[in-house]
Amino acid sequence: MGRSRVALDVEIPSDVSYIEGVVELAAKRCRELRVPARKCSLNLRVALTEALSNAILRGNGSSHEKVVRIRATVTKEAIVFDIFDQGAGFDLAREKRRDPTSPENLLSEEGRGIFLMRKLMDEVEQLEDGGNTVRLTLRR
Amino acid sequence: MSFSINKQGDVVVVDVEGQLIVGNRQELKQKVLDELERGGKKFLIDFSQTGYIDSSGLGVLVSLSKKIREQGGELRLANLNDDLQTLFELTKLDTLFQISDTRERALESF
Repeated sequence: MGRSRVALDVEIPSDVSYIEGVVELAAKRCRELRVPARKCSLNLRVALTEALSNAILRGNGSSHEKVVRIRATVTKEAIVFDIFDQGAGFDLAREKRRDPTSPENLLSEEGRGIFLMRKLMDEVEQLEDGGNTVRLTLRR
Repeated sequence: MSFSINKQGDVVVVDVEGQLIVGNRQELKQKVLDELERGGKKFLIDFSQTGYIDSSGLGVLVSLSKKIREQGGELRLANLNDDLQTLFELTKLDTLFQISDTRERALESF
């Protein structure tokens, strides 16, 4: 990857009502960076919502004393979102096994979040920092 | 983001304005369940004014579909934009719901 610059760096409280605002801000930056419109409107908004939702609900347990930080860096090739929470860490790999589109899971009300993140982003990684950071990469 | 509910004949029509995501899905769920409790059987959710839906929003639609069906009713969807259509196809929920291109076609289909 070439030189990168920070396009967004914000912190939000552990409250899901903050998700929409920060996602719209990220989508706006995405459009300003001339990423194809569909990637900004669909891929970024849905995947980032899922990552923030996980960080707030699973990571931080909606604790008012904890925050979630969202940092986006941009290169010529991609936008990379790092979502940091302050929870005990979790194992993203464990979620890989479940296929929400299989007949036995199709009627389930849950279990589509990480699936959608993986479908809509070019890469979804968990950084080696104790399980508190998810990195989403969207190629331009 | 908001939800408005109106009746067209015996069909309860719900318009979703804005996003259907983790922050507001319970509001939609409760509004539809209230109508179900009042005896509504035919439900149409119109997404013509909707931006995007996340996994928890999709989960609420699945939940409502099951609850409405348990009461002998039916939930149908209309006006999915290209982004929403893609989401339903990715998750295969397009196989679970009857989805119409327009509100009129959906209303006629009941």
